[in-house]
Amino acid sequence: MTPKHTLEIKSLYAGTKDKKIIKNLSLKINSGEIHVIMGRNGSGKSTLLNVLMGHPKYEIEKGQILLNRKNITKLSPDKKAEDGLFMSFQHPIEIPGVSLTNFLRTAKNSITKKHISPIEFLEQIKKYAKLLKMTDSQIERSINQGFSGGEKKKSEILQMAILEPKFALLDEIDSGLDIDALKSVANAIKEIFKKTKMGLLLITHYQRILNYITPDFVHIIHDGKIIKSGGKTLARELEKNGYEKYISKK
Amino acid sequence: MAIPKRTKRLIDTTFGDYKFGFKSKVDNYFVSHKHLDNTLVKEISEQKKEPLWMTEFRIKSLEIFNKKPLPTWGGDLSRINFNTLHYYIKPQDSTKTAWNKVDPNIQEAFDTLGIREAEKEFLAGLGAQFDSEVVYKSVQDALKDKGVIFDSTDNALREHPEFFKEYFGKIVPANDNKFAALNSAVWSGGTFIYVPKGVHIDLPLQAYFRMNTENMGQFERTLIIADEGSSVHYIEGCTAPISSSNSLHAAVVEIIVKKNAKVKYTTLQDWAHNIYNLVTKRAFVYENGEMIWVDCNMGSRLTMKYPAIYLLGQGAKGEVHSLAIASKNQHQDAGSKIVHGAPNTSSLVSAKSISKDGGRSSYRGLVKVNKGAKNIKSKISCDALILDKNSRSDTYPLMKIDEEEVSIAHEATVSKIGEEELFYLMSRGISEQESSSMIVNGFAEPIIKHLPMEYAIELNRLLELEMTGSVG
Repeated sequence: MTPKHTLEIKSLYAGTKDKKIIKNLSLKINSGEIHVIMGRNGSGKSTLLNVLMGHPKYEIEKGQILLNRKNITKLSPDKKAEDGLFMSFQHPIEIPGVSLTNFLRTAKNSITKKHISPIEFLEQIKKYAKLLKMTDSQIERSINQGFSGGEKKKSEILQMAILEPKFALLDEIDSGLDIDALKSVANAIKEIFKKTKMGLLLITHYQRILNYITPDFVHIIHDGKIIKSGGKTLARELEKNGYEKYISKK
Repeated sequence: MAIPKRTKRLIDTTFGDYKFGFKSKVDNYFVSHKHLDNTLVKEISEQKKEPLWMTEFRIKSLEIFNKKPLPTWGGDLSRINFNTLHYYIKPQDSTKTAWNKVDPNIQEAFDTLGIREAEKEFLAGLGAQFDSEVVYKSVQDALKDKGVIFDSTDNALREHPEFFKEYFGKIVPANDNKFAALNSAVWSGGTFIYVPKGVHIDLPLQAYFRMNTENMGQFERTLIIADEGSSVHYIEGCTAPISSSNSLHAAVVEIIVKKNAKVKYTTLQDWAHNIYNLVTKRAFVYENGEMIWVDCNMGSRLTMKYPAIYLLGQGAKGEVHSLAIASKNQHQDAGSKIVHGAPNTSSLVSAKSISKDGGRSSYRGLVKVNKGAKNIKSKISCDALILDKNSRSDTYPLMKIDEEEVSIAHEATVSKIGEEELFYLMSRGISEQESSSMIVNGFAEPIIKHLPMEYAIELNRLLELEMTGSVG
């Protein structure tokens, strides 16, 4: 069966003005697939996601990003979001004075080019908030303001649920979460994944979240490129033995 | 300032960024010459058929003005030429109480500005000043029956001289500063409000100040007296046409808040970029009274304005919430002045400024605690948002504390719209323009929430308009 949507990264070279970080990285993700990227600190994991989403700090030197074969390499982040890309931030930003609900409704309207009524929208957002065990007062607050680390991560997944992207890039969504929060975040991701059949690309340091979300592929990234790909067992093995074996082999 | 959609479109397409920049054609009833001297001052007084003591007050004030040097602090005042200004322009013979008696072109101006619609929808009374005179005023009959006086200051002086003998020039004396002296010499128009004991005015009273003529000075004088246990919310809006030459707006506002009374004074000004806006505003607050200034400053070339609150009775409270937006070639030197003159008084100042396209904003604030004013509380916070490298923000806080048992807190923050914030919002599908607009509105929100809803919506829209093309 041909996948509904595809996200292809073709021989990507990217970095900051002074430093090359991503070096000839290729990866193809189909909708309905869960990919996990693991790797040591500084191996280029977060940079990869930020480059894919179009962070202005990074420059793409060579290579292409294709979403359903459309070249989105040079699009601005808002246009990429319109095309169906989403990224959850490792450190979500606080924006004072802008309510999470209003902001998300603006985002949703902007992506769908439709106008959803505030009341209808509030119902939607409350449904997902419940799934994530977020309170009404949290969704009424300013974006991420006064949120704990865990609440910020929940807010990211809430945003993903509402915006229904074709592909979601989740940057260490499990870091800073206690056991209960991890469980509700992971279950929410699973539920949204099931419902939307989106493609998922997860970055994580730990096998723990993969007990809830079963990956189809696990990739090891080192020095800006994928050095090893495997199935879900690779993550477990990494947790046990570390990266040394794969890195020294290179 | 609520603009009907129809006129909004017209204004947007005609005037672009500054939507109040249109000019009306008016056959003025009287235009003074431009030379600032005793003859001019007497001429104004004569036009107004004032009592002799006021004529003398004016002449004395002119002397003070001539003696006082220009302030050397604050903004650059060197380009004001006091001998090229029209000091008094009377657009029609008298103040009207029905719009259909007002010059049709002036009617149209206030219509375009959305003032007449606002009057119908959510005001208890309206005064409309065009150049030097109040051309229209009205107030709900129910309020008149309760003894509320809402009138132009000129009419009130003729009809209620007793208030003027007691309070006029007592809160802001002519020798307070050079521009208060100038206003005292050539003042015209402005609002007089008296709220009798125990009367609460639920809907706001509004005055709108429109400068139409180029090269003019608008010198309105406002006096508000809230008698014991009363309350009132007064709103002023100000705009002017765009022109290449400079104009001057130098108002004086005096407020008396008696025991247990409450006055909220909201300013929404969006002056054209050729206006020098130099205003002295001060309130005396007595026992358990409360004064709130909400001050939104947009536009003008230079604004120097520091709404003041003198807390003179036990338990009196004062708040200043201000928002200043400084854009290209603009300097907003705004702030507050709080004097704790009695025990158990409290004050709260929240000042926010946004600087963009090379604009400069300064917060200049004074907190003074007199000896014997024990157990006072004061909290001041200033936040500046700077949108680009060419823009600037400064803070000049000053404290004079002559009492030991006090609690005073001062915080200042400066932030920039960072690439991270923009990237975050944009990654959710929101355009760069709208994202930065959201950040700015979010920053201003704690001030905007003090405005009545209709004005909050309008101010948010003005902010968006200000933000157009400012990022990138």
